[in-house]
Amino acid sequence: MSETTPLPAVGIETVGMTKVFGSLRALEDVSVKVRPGSFHALLGENGAGKSTLVKCIMGFYQPTRGSLIVDGSEQVVRNPRDAMRLKLGMVYQHFTLVPSLTAAENLVISRPDCPNVIDWANEIAGIGAFFDKMPFKVPLRVPVSSLSAGEKQKLEILKQLYLDRRFLILDEPTSVLTPDEADEILGMLKGMTAAGELTILMITHKFREVNAYCDEVSVLRRGRFVGGGHVAETSTQSMAHMMIGDTKLRERSARLKAGDDKTVLELAALYAVDDEGLPAIESIDLKVHAGEIVGIAGVSGNGQSELVEVLSGQRELEDGRIFIRGQPFEPTRQHMDRFKVFGLPEEPLKNATAPRLSVAENMALRSFDKPPISKNGWWLSPGPMRDIARDLIERYRVKTPSPDTPIENLSGGNVQRAVLARELSGEVEVLIVANPCFGLDFASVAEIRSQIIEQRNAGAAVLLVSEDLDEILELADRVAVMSEGRITYVSPIGDTNRATIGHAMAGGH
Amino acid sequence: MAVTDLGLMTVPLAIFAGAIRVSTPFLFVSLGECLTEKSGRINLGLEGTLVFGAMSGYATAYATGWPWLGVLVAGLAGSVFGMIHGIICKLPKVNDVAIGIAMMMFGTGIAFFLGKPFIQPQAPHLPAIDFGFWTSIPQLRVALEINPLFFVGIAVAIAMWWAFKNTRAGLIIRMTGDSAATAKAMGYSVDLVRFLATTAGGFLAGVGGSFLSLYYPGAWNEGLSSGQGLMAVALVIFSRWNPLACFGAALLFGGAGAIGPALQSIGISQGYYFYNAAPYILTLLIMIASVSPKRSLRGAPGELSITK
Repeated sequence: MSETTPLPAVGIETVGMTKVFGSLRALEDVSVKVRPGSFHALLGENGAGKSTLVKCIMGFYQPTRGSLIVDGSEQVVRNPRDAMRLKLGMVYQHFTLVPSLTAAENLVISRPDCPNVIDWANEIAGIGAFFDKMPFKVPLRVPVSSLSAGEKQKLEILKQLYLDRRFLILDEPTSVLTPDEADEILGMLKGMTAAGELTILMITHKFREVNAYCDEVSVLRRGRFVGGGHVAETSTQSMAHMMIGDTKLRERSARLKAGDDKTVLELAALYAVDDEGLPAIESIDLKVHAGEIVGIAGVSGNGQSELVEVLSGQRELEDGRIFIRGQPFEPTRQHMDRFKVFGLPEEPLKNATAPRLSVAENMALRSFDKPPISKNGWWLSPGPMRDIARDLIERYRVKTPSPDTPIENLSGGNVQRAVLARELSGEVEVLIVANPCFGLDFASVAEIRSQIIEQRNAGAAVLLVSEDLDEILELADRVAVMSEGRITYVSPIGDTNRATIGHAMAGGH
Repeated sequence: MAVTDLGLMTVPLAIFAGAIRVSTPFLFVSLGECLTEKSGRINLGLEGTLVFGAMSGYATAYATGWPWLGVLVAGLAGSVFGMIHGIICKLPKVNDVAIGIAMMMFGTGIAFFLGKPFIQPQAPHLPAIDFGFWTSIPQLRVALEINPLFFVGIAVAIAMWWAFKNTRAGLIIRMTGDSAATAKAMGYSVDLVRFLATTAGGFLAGVGGSFLSLYYPGAWNEGLSSGQGLMAVALVIFSRWNPLACFGAALLFGGAGAIGPALQSIGISQGYYFYNAAPYILTLLIMIASVSPKRSLRGAPGELSITK
């Protein structure tokens, strides 16, 4: 591996690519050309066919029709091994490194010609020589599990380059990075493409990154290629329009001036440990006022999910107190009911529903032990439960065949709407929200963000934990940044900007 | 040879000798379990493998007069048990813990069934290596008669520790145990790796069993193992899936098991049964200390069904 000479980048083209799964046309006649040495963006909503397209390119799926041209000649990619041979590589959204192995072990074992007995001195020297030619490096001798998300992402990319892949597909590569890390990595990759060493096809939904780094863009919608071209000649509006078509998005609710300034939720010196018994959150102090959204920004894994778990009673508090309107609050069912604390956790199907219970039963999880569903606290009446569910399904436009359908059969957006209906249909004092829009389509995102603003306008104290900085910049009145389990920065949203927040997010690393 | 009264020194000496004797089967079974668990599968059937290894090794040594052939046969019989576990676990929707318990019952049951004729006869023992030739104190001489399998076990522990870091096979096993998806993405068959690891683990457990019947206590009977194969599972957790730590933990368990007989040797027989329960109490304490509902186990292979 030490004599890697920079080979020219590999270019690909799909011609009339079509993939049919049963009755579903996931991909319909898609022709996309990615020139060698270009940085190409692939845009589209969830379910638009982006991942089907790249899986056809990488040989995970066989296209029903259509062909793939690699460096000018037609190729049949039957499996990922064939793709490897053609120097096509992919960096997945979820890390594919082995956590307990070191970076060096991960690199060496990924090589098809890995020796039976490994001469580590020699291998480390070889990797060192390879790293010298790369724009970024990672520590080689510590287990991958102790690397930061940014370092893991770099290592994923380095692994592909170490294996001499010259056409890289990146699937949402910056979703786990701070803005600074994202800029660093994308900037360096941009340099490599410009030098003709590499071609990149990046799946993303961040227009900022498309505009800053990509040369060309292709947009998919409902399995079809709907447009594209040079990024320099395409406006963000037209890209967004290509992605969503003529779907009407709900108008964002106007932000009203907050009326009373009373503190509703107060976190005082909260401490909790993670699953390994190590400190996850330390000395968290935060006040959220009535009619205010406090956004907690940070790279995932800096204690945000532990904080949400503590507030929703899923994780034990080691030390500290939680107060609501000055009264001590324990995250028990009784207190949540009394203080009107509600939550929209991330991955609602996993964290906020019982997947195999019906939509009606899931909607009643907060109220099944109260009238009218239960008159005496233990005997449930399915009639009123179904009536309430029907009303909520209508008001919150949940698309479900019936109230008795298991909630796991609903699409992601509709599960989130059903949870929204359960949590927000009553009076809300405190609302804990975590990554509410993760993986949802534009229409659902607009709907959910409006609902959060409406709760704020109605006087709820909202704590919004989000890994999407744009979401926080859009919704929050104040922003707090979490880094390594602590709140390192707090500011009213008007007095700060993306760069300052980004630097605070990078803080500890 | 004059009998020298060593006084209270007898106890540590007896514990030392006992630790080596008692730890040897623990060492083999825990190394076998460590190898299997590193590949991402748990085999609770090693108790059955151990008992069957003890029976088959004893029967072979009795029939042929060669105790080392007995060790080999016990290992091969253990591999067969590992293979059966591996094959069944390859089937879809099969739980390795449940299969392990079934294999444990099956192994002990069939060993008792086939082993009935071998309870009475006397088979040749494995020879001991005499490290006490320089001393005339008989207690010390006895304590320094060390069984060769103990050294084989240490060699296997060191070899496994080295191989997990420095060989392709070792890295593949660790990768399969930590992230099956990654192993698949790299074109390795997760099922095959686990099958081979379980088979090799069964071999080691079988060898551990042959030690019981061919060296110490040195006879075949149905109460031979008394749960050592199961304690080895706790031992692997305690040693955090590190073969070298397995050796240390096996010595600790062996030492705990030797407390009762050592105290008895100087005439303290009060609480004999209590001291004999020391390994079980140790197992319980270790499980309480190392397993907490609030934490996941550090160092555990990510694919293990008990830690997922």
